Amino acid sequence: MTALDFQALAPHLTLTGGTLVVLLAVSFWRSRRTTLALTLLSLTAAFIALWPGLDAGPRAVTPLLMLDAYAAFFNGLFILIGAVTALLVHRYLQGRAGSQEEFHVLLLVATLGAMTLASAQHFAALLLGLEILSISLYAMVAYPEEDNPPLEAALKYLVLSGVGSTVMLFGMALIYHATGALGFAELAAFVATGDRADLWLTAGQVLFIIGIAFKLSLIPFHMWTPDVYQGAPAPVTGYLATVSKAAAFAVLLRFAVDARLLDLSGAGAVPVATLFAVIAVLSMVVGNVLALLQDSVKRLLAYSSIAHVGYLMIALLVLGVLPNEAMAVETALMFLAGYLAMTLAAFAVVSELSAAAVGERDRIAEYRGLFWRHPLLASVLTAALLSLAGIPLTAGFIAKFYLFAAGVEGALWGLLWAMIVGSAISIYYYLKIVFAMTVRGADAPAIPASFAGLATATVLGVVVLALGIYPTPLIELASDIAQGLRLTP
Amino acid sequence: MQLLGLILLLLGGGALAALSQRLHRNAPRWLALGVIAAAALYLLAIPVGAAEQAAWIPRFGISLILAMDGLSYAMVALTLFLGLIAIVSSWSEVNESPGFFQFNLLWTLAGVVGVFTALDLFLFFVFWEVMLVPMYFLIAIWGHEARAYAAMKFFLFTQISGLLMLFAMLTLVYLNYQASGVITFAYADLLHAEIDPGYAFLLMLGFFVAFVVKLPGVPFHTWLPDAHTQAPTAGSVILAGILLKTGAYGLLRFVVPLFPEAALDFRWPAMLLGAVSVIYGGYLAFSQSDFKRLVAYSSISHMGFVLLGVFAWNTVAVQGAVVQMVAHGFSTAALFMMAGALQQRLHTREMGQMGGLWLKAPRMGAVALFFVAASLGMPGLGNFVGEFMVLVGAFQVDVPLTIAAAIGIIIAAVYALSLMQRSFQGEPNPAVAAMPDFGFRELSVMILMMVALVWLGVYPETLLNLSAPVVAQLGFTP
Repeated sequence: MTALDFQALAPHLTLTGGTLVVLLAVSFWRSRRTTLALTLLSLTAAFIALWPGLDAGPRAVTPLLMLDAYAAFFNGLFILIGAVTALLVHRYLQGRAGSQEEFHVLLLVATLGAMTLASAQHFAALLLGLEILSISLYAMVAYPEEDNPPLEAALKYLVLSGVGSTVMLFGMALIYHATGALGFAELAAFVATGDRADLWLTAGQVLFIIGIAFKLSLIPFHMWTPDVYQGAPAPVTGYLATVSKAAAFAVLLRFAVDARLLDLSGAGAVPVATLFAVIAVLSMVVGNVLALLQDSVKRLLAYSSIAHVGYLMIALLVLGVLPNEAMAVETALMFLAGYLAMTLAAFAVVSELSAAAVGERDRIAEYRGLFWRHPLLASVLTAALLSLAGIPLTAGFIAKFYLFAAGVEGALWGLLWAMIVGSAISIYYYLKIVFAMTVRGADAPAIPASFAGLATATVLGVVVLALGIYPTPLIELASDIAQGLRLTP
Repeated sequence: MQLLGLILLLLGGGALAALSQRLHRNAPRWLALGVIAAAALYLLAIPVGAAEQAAWIPRFGISLILAMDGLSYAMVALTLFLGLIAIVSSWSEVNESPGFFQFNLLWTLAGVVGVFTALDLFLFFVFWEVMLVPMYFLIAIWGHEARAYAAMKFFLFTQISGLLMLFAMLTLVYLNYQASGVITFAYADLLHAEIDPGYAFLLMLGFFVAFVVKLPGVPFHTWLPDAHTQAPTAGSVILAGILLKTGAYGLLRFVVPLFPEAALDFRWPAMLLGAVSVIYGGYLAFSQSDFKRLVAYSSISHMGFVLLGVFAWNTVAVQGAVVQMVAHGFSTAALFMMAGALQQRLHTREMGQMGGLWLKAPRMGAVALFFVAASLGMPGLGNFVGEFMVLVGAFQVDVPLTIAAAIGIIIAAVYALSLMQRSFQGEPNPAVAAMPDFGFRELSVMILMMVALVWLGVYPETLLNLSAPVVAQLGFTP
C-alpha cells in the first residue's frame, strides 16, 4: 500500500472514520440532531473525498478493489442517497418508539458496503461488499421497535437473501474450479485462452447469475421483494430499491465488462445470454402485470422496480452484441441515474407522509386528494410517477430513450417489444395513483410536513425534471466514464 | 428565438397563472386571457418562414429546431384563437382550483404550438407528450361523472401509440445513421434518408398509427367519445378544435414527406379508413342521445374527410383537408361550447330532457342552428369548402370510396338536423323551467367563430395561400 493507494481509497476511508465517529458519539451522548448532523457531515466529507480519490487516477488497490471514475460515479450516488435517507429517516423515526440514533450507523455501514461493491474487481470484494450491505440492511428493515411488519419483512429478507448469497457463492466456487481464478481480470485472461464450453464453468455462471438475480430481484427470483418493500419502513424501502439494486448492478456490469465471462457472442456462452434475456423479458412483462393488481403503493413500487431492473438488463445484453462497448456502459449509467432519482423521489414522498402520528401511508386510497392537501409533495410524486412511466422531460424518459437507442443499435427486437408492452401496461398503474391524488373531498387527515422532508422531496423532484430537460452534462459524464472503463488496467 | 419565446410565454404564463390563485380567485382567468392575447399579438410579429436552431443533446444529434411555414402558421393561429375561446367559454364553469386549471390549459396550448413548429423528431415527440399530460389533468380533475375512465383511456391510447411512434422514430434515425454515418433527429436531414422499402413501410405504419389514433380514425377512435364527453367545456374545445388536428398535421408533416413511397403504397387502405370513419362516425353520431357525445362522434366523421384528403395524394384534396381541419376546429368547438352552456343551465346533456329550447333561449337557438348548418356542410361556410375539395380530389383517384364518403355528408345532414330538432325544436319540454339565454360573453365568442366560418366559406384563399407553398413542396400530383 502506497500513499497513492490511500489517496485512491480516500472516500472509503473517510466514511469508515465517519462511521466510527458516529458510533462513538451515539455511545456517549444520545441526541437525534447531533447524530444526524454527524452522519451528514461524514457523508459530505466522503463525497468531497471523491475528488482526491479520482486524482489518484484509476488505480487498483490490492487485487480486490479498482478505484476508477466508474466506481466514483456510483460512490457519489450512494453517498447522496445515503444523505437523503438520513434526512428522511430523521423525520420518519420521530415519535416512533425505541432508540433511534443507531440507525445512522447502520446506514453509513450499508453505504460503505455499496461503495465496496461499486469498486469490486474480485469475487472476494464482491462477496464482502454484498454482505456488508445486506447485513446492515436486515437490521435497517427490522429497525422500528414494537412493529411486526418490519420484523416479518426483515426475516424474509434475511432468509431469501441468504439463499441468494449461498447460491452465488457456490457459483463462484464452480467458476474457480473451472478457471482457477477469482479476480475479474484473471477470469478475462482465462476467457481469452481457456475452454469456455466447460460444463462446470457454465453451471458456475448460471448459479452466479441466479444469485445476482436474487439481489436484483429479477423474476422468477423476486418473491421476497414485494413483502420486504411493504414491510420495511418507507425510507429503508427507498434505500433498498435504489442503493442495493444499483450496487448489485454496478458490480455485475463491471464483472461483465472486465471478466468477459458474459462475452455473449462467444462460443459456449449462448445459454447465459439466453438466460438473461428470458429473465429480463419475464421481469418486464410479469413485473408490470403484477403491479397492476396492487393497491399498496409500496408493493406497486416494488413490482415497478422489478420491471425497471428488467429494462436495465437491456443495457447488459447489448454489451455482448454492440461493437461499441462504451455505449452499453453509458446506457446503464444513464438509466441508473434516472432510475435512482425517480425512485428515491417517490419514496421520499411516501416516507414524508408516513409520519409516526398517522403510521405507514401505504394504500393508494390514502393518497386520495393529496394534491389539495400537500400540493408540493403531490407534485413531486406526480413527477416521479410520470418519470417512472417514461413521459418526456423527466429523467425516466431519457433513461428509457437510452435503452431504446442501445436496443435498436444492438437489434434486440424481442427485448424492445417487451419493454414497449411493459411500459404500456405500467402507465395504467402509475396513473391510478396520480388520479387518486386529484380526487376531491377525501377526508384523510392533513399532517404538517417537515421542512427537511419537503426540501428533500422538492430537490429530488427538481433533479428528476432537470435530468429530463437538460441531460447533456450527465450524458457527457457518463460517456467519459464509459470510455474510460475498459482502458483501466 | 422568436418561436421558442412564444412557447415559453405560454409555459411561463401557465406557471404564473397557477401561482396567481393566491392573490385572487379571478386572477388566473384574467392572467391566462392576457397571456393568450399577448401570444396572439406576438404571433403577428413572427413572419411566415421563421426558423431557429439551438443545440440540445448533441450526443444524439438532437437540437431545438423550430420553424414556422404557412401550414404551421395557420395551425398555430387556430390554436391561439381557440385557446382564447376556451378560456372565455370556461369563464364561469371552473370554480375549483382555477389556477391549476389555467396552468393545464396554457401548458396544453404550449405543447400544441410546439408540435406545430418542431422540426426535430425528438423535440416533436417531447411536445407530443407535453400536450398530453396537462390534458389528462383537465379531464381527470374538472371532468364530468365518468372522468376517471375517460382520462385513463385517453392517456393510454395516446401514450401507447406514441411509444410505437418513438420506436419507429429511433429505428429511422438508426437506419439513417447506418447509411450516412451521422446520428441526427433533424427533420431536414431525415427527409433524405435512404431506407430499405420494407423497413420504410413498417416505420411509416408506426407513425401512421400514432397520428390516426389522435385524428381519430376508425378503428382507433374509441377514446374520443369518452374523452370529449367527460372533459370540461374548455377541454372539449381544445381537444376537438386543436388536439385532433395534430394528428392530421402529423400525417402531412411526417408520414407523407418522410416515407413518400411507403405512404403511397398505403394509399388505398388509408383512404378506406377515411371513408369508413366518415360513414361509421356519422352512423354512430345519429344513434346518440347525449348532446355532447353526438358532437364527439360527428368529429370522427369529419376527420375522416381529412384522412381521405391527405391520402388522395393530390393538391386539391390536400388543400381541402387543410380547410377541413380549420373549419372543423371552429364548428365543433362552437358545438361543444353549446353543449357546455346547455349543461350549465340544465344540468344534463341528454337530449331527451331538452326540446323546444328555442322558445326559451332564441339567441342560443339561432347560434346552434348556424353551427349545425356548418357541421352538415352548408355551402357558404368553411366545412363545405373543405369537404367539397376533398371529394373533388378523391374522385380523381377512387370513385367508389368518394361516393361512399359523399353519402357521409347526407348522414351528416340527418344527425345534425336531428340534434337541432331534439334539443331546440319540437315540443317544449315541460321539465325545463326558464333558462337564461346567451349573455354578452358567450354571444361575442360565438359571433367571432361565425365570422371565421363565413370567411373561410366565402374566401378560403386566405388559408389556401398560406398552405399552398407547403402542399406544393410535398410532391403531390396537381
